Amino acid sequence: MQDLYRRYGKGLTWAFIGLTFFWLAVLVILPDFTLFESSFRPYLPISEVGGPKDTYSINNYLRIFGGEVAMNIFGLDVMISPRVKVFLYTIWYSGMVTFVTFLIAYPLSYYLAKVVSPKSLPTLFLLLFVPLWVSEVLRSFAWWIILAFKGPLNGVLMALGVIEKEIRWIDGYSPVIVGLVYTYVLFMLFPLYNAMQSLDSNQIEAADDLGAPWWRIHWRVILPHAKPGIASGAVMVFMLSAGSLLVPAVLGSTTSGWFTQTIQGIMLEEQDWNSGAAFAFMLLIVCTLVVSLAMWIFRVKLSDIAK
Amino acid sequence: MSASIELDNVCCDFGNFRAVDHVNVTIQPGEFFSFLGPSGCGKTTILRMISGFTEPTGGVIRIGGKDVSGLRPNQRPTALIFQNLALFPLMTIWENIAFGLEVRGVDKVTRRKRAEELLALVDLHDSADKMVSQLSGGQKQRVAIARALAVEPAVMLLDEPLSALDLKLRQHMRAELRAIQKRTGVTFIYITHDQGEALAMSDRVGVMSQGRLQQVAGPRDIYNNPVNGFVASFVGENNILKGDVQNASEGRASFSTAIGTFTAKLPDSSAGKDLKLYIRPEHVILSAKPGAENSVPVTLTEVAFEGNFISVHAVTENGTDLVAELRNDGAGSVPTPGTQMHMTFDAANSSLLPDSTTAGA
Ligand SMILES: Nc1ncnc2c1ncn2[C@@H]1O[C@H](COP(=O)(O)OP(=O)(O)OP(=O)(O)O)[C@@H](O)[C@H]1O
Ligand SMILES: [Mg+2]
Repeated sequence: MQDLYRRYGKGLTWAFIGLTFFWLAVLVILPDFTLFESSFRPYLPISEVGGPKDTYSINNYLRIFGGEVAMNIFGLDVMISPRVKVFLYTIWYSGMVTFVTFLIAYPLSYYLAKVVSPKSLPTLFLLLFVPLWVSEVLRSFAWWIILAFKGPLNGVLMALGVIEKEIRWIDGYSPVIVGLVYTYVLFMLFPLYNAMQSLDSNQIEAADDLGAPWWRIHWRVILPHAKPGIASGAVMVFMLSAGSLLVPAVLGSTTSGWFTQTIQGIMLEEQDWNSGAAFAFMLLIVCTLVVSLAMWIFRVKLSDIAK
Repeated sequence: MSASIELDNVCCDFGNFRAVDHVNVTIQPGEFFSFLGPSGCGKTTILRMISGFTEPTGGVIRIGGKDVSGLRPNQRPTALIFQNLALFPLMTIWENIAFGLEVRGVDKVTRRKRAEELLALVDLHDSADKMVSQLSGGQKQRVAIARALAVEPAVMLLDEPLSALDLKLRQHMRAELRAIQKRTGVTFIYITHDQGEALAMSDRVGVMSQGRLQQVAGPRDIYNNPVNGFVASFVGENNILKGDVQNASEGRASFSTAIGTFTAKLPDSSAGKDLKLYIRPEHVILSAKPGAENSVPVTLTEVAFEGNFISVHAVTENGTDLVAELRNDGAGSVPTPGTQMHMTFDAANSSLLPDSTTAGA
């Protein structure tokens, strides 16, 4: 603050502070707060808003429990409401997407940070960025084409003789997972790459010299060092996946519901913004809880991630 | 446990650049051997080749008589202490030290016990559960040594491990390292660009320049009987005079220079080369009257009191600068600038040397 003042003078400093405040208060907090407030109020015709029926309650939140369907949770057959089922699937598969992006990003970032010669790094990064130039919609549709019943993937596999009949890929959650992994893998890759890059190569060599096999070097030296990077990557990928609307919409099928689609349905089709807001906040809160739980299990501190 | 190391015509090229050039040396089991040389002369590269991180592009390395080419670092009986130590910051001190044992599947109780023994060996009691960041530079140094010793290597390779420490601690750690080496009997190969360090600690020193080994000898021989000008200059100060060899016989020669003709040692290795006369300042005798031979009259220009010695700069009639170092005997007879005196070079302490030995020699 003092520093800003000295460097940029009075006018600019206040301009910076003003803009930051505007962004935070008017563009982030205010609309969220309005939604939060309305999530406790009933959905009423305009004429009744502010009338005797317009009282605070958690009824909107309870709407998630309407109806009953069967669901298999870890081998246990239970009857739950269809919305809760979609909600749980969304959380579960977002976690799976996070894990798969980690499995892909870890070796890749290790390769980029510690194996590849610095000369070819710019080229490799360019190759990684190219898909980002294409919009998310197009990328999702590209996967939709690849995975289509008469699409190139089945074609290639049949030509190679790996499969005899076309496989229906776009079924259940698999295509959604593929699409989400593809869309968000870079959000895992970059923090991981940063973390690995900051590891002194001599530490890897020292472990090697002391007789450690490669997997133990990763387990004891590289992985612990990269943990904050993994954590920030995982938080981003998990939150983005759980909140993604486009990928499940394009690559989903009748058997794969994503909770964001539920929210969209309520908000746009039923025009019930109050319940929509309630559901959205439920998703946010549960995701935050899952993230906190994961951070507690893996002993990551918030300050590690912020670094 | 210790092993010999044999470097047989070892070379290492990085592209067109030859970092190590035909190095030949045999290091004895249990020896404290130092590679001494300026920055960039290839010391680290030699160490990395011995430990297995870099493969030589020519020649053979033998450890304990066995050719180790193709063996991975973790298959060699060597332990490398890195220039920056490379301790594991996320492990406690004892986990660092026991890492090599953990890798070998030793159980936790034994590991802990062994780590504490090693901590005692390097004089670091009560630090087992601290983190690396809580230790001072000298303590980290010792942890690195303990970690390397834990795997019971036959050869310890140390890459300028003291360079980051301050002078006092460095001198203390020199003695400490030497003592640890004596206690364990492990072969130590030590790298440094500090000649004082190399001379004070080592059984033998190998002086390097531009990838070539210039001379391998005990510290006294390196200092008193250098084989060439590079070694003479790298390990100490010199008065250097150009001139021509007049007549040579039985390891001595007359050498005529711009300030007179002097008798000096002519090492066998110097015969037939372009030579210069090297006299160390502390070997120059300063007196009011000329000596019997090898004397030259001078005028003192500058007298610097350095504490344990007095550095005397002088100039001859034709303007050649010479330096003498007198021991401070405490009696207080410090000469004053402007005085006319004589400098005498004892023939036994004056050497005729080539600039550097040629490749492959
Ligand atoms: N991987 C490499 N690729 C290319 N050149 C290298 C490589 N490693 C070392 N060199 C070069 O080889 C020469 C010797 O390097 P080395 O690290 O062995 O020097 P050193 O004697 O240990 O120096 P210092 O005292 O500064 O540590 C240097 O000129 C260096 O630039
Ligand atoms: Mg070096």
